[in-house]
Amino acid sequence: MGGKPKTMLIGEDGLRHDGRKPDEMRPIKMQVGVLANASGSAIVEYGRTRVLAAVYGPREPHQRFMVLPDRAILRVRYHMAPFSTSERKSPAPSRREIELSKVIREALEDVVLLSEYPRTAIDVYLEVLQADGGTRVAGVTAASLALADAGVPMKALVAGVAVGKVGGILVLDVDELEDSKGEADMPVAAAPDIGLVTMFQLNGVLSEDELERGLSMALTAIENIVSMEKEALKRKFEAIGEEV
Amino acid sequence: MSGELHGVIVAPGERLDQRVETRAPYVVEVNGVKVATTVGMVSQREGKSVFIPLKGVYVPEPGHIIIGLVESIGVSSWGVDIGSPYQATLSAQDFLGRPFNPAVDDLSRFLRVGDYVRAKVVAFDKTRSPLLSVQGEGLGRIISGVIVEVSPAKIPRVIGKKRSMVEALEAKTGCSVFPAVNGRVHIDCPSRELEVIAVLAVKLIDREAHRVGLTEKVIRFIEDERKARGV
Repeated sequence: MGGKPKTMLIGEDGLRHDGRKPDEMRPIKMQVGVLANASGSAIVEYGRTRVLAAVYGPREPHQRFMVLPDRAILRVRYHMAPFSTSERKSPAPSRREIELSKVIREALEDVVLLSEYPRTAIDVYLEVLQADGGTRVAGVTAASLALADAGVPMKALVAGVAVGKVGGILVLDVDELEDSKGEADMPVAAAPDIGLVTMFQLNGVLSEDELERGLSMALTAIENIVSMEKEALKRKFEAIGEEV
Repeated sequence: MSGELHGVIVAPGERLDQRVETRAPYVVEVNGVKVATTVGMVSQREGKSVFIPLKGVYVPEPGHIIIGLVESIGVSSWGVDIGSPYQATLSAQDFLGRPFNPAVDDLSRFLRVGDYVRAKVVAFDKTRSPLLSVQGEGLGRIISGVIVEVSPAKIPRVIGKKRSMVEALEAKTGCSVFPAVNGRVHIDCPSRELEVIAVLAVKLIDREAHRVGLTEKVIRFIEDERKARGV
């Protein structure tokens, strides 16, 4: 078969283009309570991907027709800053952003105890400050942390990670290059504490065996990310008072 | 030096002892296991495991005495922000304690936007907005002092065990301190300097509610501040 040569995503040494092993995550950083005006906030980094989350509420929404008599509504706005990509992105909400807002909302709805606050709205704003692949899963992680920081009751913390396939090999936490040049991309979000998968998408083709192995890789990684989320939340409270 | 933590900090989703004491929605049962739903602290009190939330949203209940901020003036009632997701209503008839005629009485003469009121929640059931009343001792418009906002979850700490913290604050500053369940603390002091110290002390409690030895620390803080400021 002919065709142009592919970008080397997996080297002969079995390492990925950025030097990671196939099942290795990018360095993750999390910080809670980064915005003073929001009820809760968090910033999450997966390598060069950086997402800021702000939660407002529960509050009475201005659009009264939206309220539900038996529970709160969760509104999620996923947005990429114009400067987040290498080429300027239009600040207007795109079809993709509207869809991802819905997907992220559904990844959180199952764990947030919405019935505690009927007739109210909980707003989650996600701003992608820098995009390098995995923005939706980093968004889920940031939103979960910000909701916990706001004191919104949740059955468990949620985190996300994407598994991809490059050069026929399953890889964890795909970045922009692997996402665009790879054969498959599978974002997963879950709440491991209660054994719940809340987001499961697949773009591309995976065999049944690959799907199972990929999901297992993602769930193992998510458990680690949720532990980091807990540490980040605890760190905020443990740090308070130590400087006094 | 700061005090140690009162107990162990837990995050949402973490398993708790089956016999832990708290109230919904801070702990729920998922698949037969009790899990925390907010960031909180599990501490041991008299042999019992108690979960204390460190974050929370104020939800009114009938009987609560709250401090509300007048947000809007209607024809026959005021809209009052009580620091919860739901805006409360205070009827003019209740406030005036007599039948009210909108053609004769101008509500802005009695309460303006920005005024604080100490009121009682008389009705609230999540299907309708909270209804307030100022009929009762000590209730009505707040005419002096300042209001400090703290997290509603920290109010039990501002009150202290058997009111120990409030009593310490009042004794050491000479101010009157009223912590309302909705996270607002009314401080009324004989002088501006003492008011500043009392406000800082309440903010200290809000910040360090989860640490032990807080009452002693607050007393020390007030004494040091009074000495430094010469009051």
